Amino acid sequence: MDKLKNFLSLHRKTATVATVTAALLTGIANGLFGGGGGMLAVPAYTVFQGMETKKAHATAVAAILPLSLISAIIYIANGNFNPSFGYYVCGAVIIGGITGSFLLKKISSRLLEFIFYGVMLAAGIRMLNR
Amino acid sequence: MTHNLIFYILAGIAGGIMGGMGLGGGTLLIPLLTVFLDVNGKQAAAINLISFIPMSVIACVIHAKNKLLDIKKALLIALPATATCVASSLLAQRISADSISKGFAVFLICLASVMLVTRAYSLWRDACSALRAYPLFPRPD
Repeated sequence: MDKLKNFLSLHRKTATVATVTAALLTGIANGLFGGGGGMLAVPAYTVFQGMETKKAHATAVAAILPLSLISAIIYIANGNFNPSFGYYVCGAVIIGGITGSFLLKKISSRLLEFIFYGVMLAAGIRMLNR
Repeated sequence: MTHNLIFYILAGIAGGIMGGMGLGGGTLLIPLLTVFLDVNGKQAAAINLISFIPMSVIACVIHAKNKLLDIKKALLIALPATATCVASSLLAQRISADSISKGFAVFLICLASVMLVTRAYSLWRDACSALRAYPLFPRPD
């Protein structure tokens, strides 16, 4: 990984091409699945652009904001927003999000990441076998 | 509505906490909604997209104040991604919600596997270097 980062810091054009490719995939994920773009954008920033993790996270949020806005409009226009629970879930996500950003400073992230990706894998398998 | 509202709220809070911690909230929120609450894949996607907007506006303002935002690099991803995002959002409206869920499941499995392998590798490397630093273990060199 360090060798790759080193190579990309010397070959700026290759790094840009790799980042743009990741960007195209980010857009596809965000539009088709309605989420998960950040999971591609953050590693693109840290690996291809050599940014530090915190900066990469912050910049990825800014990059995905316009995408989510456009996708949300298209999804709502096609009648995919269910108001019977939609408002409650959105409100809950905002409350959870604020809580999460405070928790971030207190919990060791390494173990948490492991658990999180384990859960992600299980969720994927469960979704596939429904 | 087939489930109690409280479960929807709990799913939202869980997804929100993960998102706020920077671990990808949608990747948790969407499976929670579709697997446990039988929400269709497109409705889950719409909720995730909508709830991301206010969260990320707040986050962007805070990050900009802390000088963590790199606008040039944000555009480097945002501009090409917008093109594919419009196309794929429109495409998603023509696909069944079930195939979208299945596609997302495959996406999750691939991402999670890559992440777990890279994390496990870095843990292993750290453990090795910690053992090497421990004086009880004789070094070969």
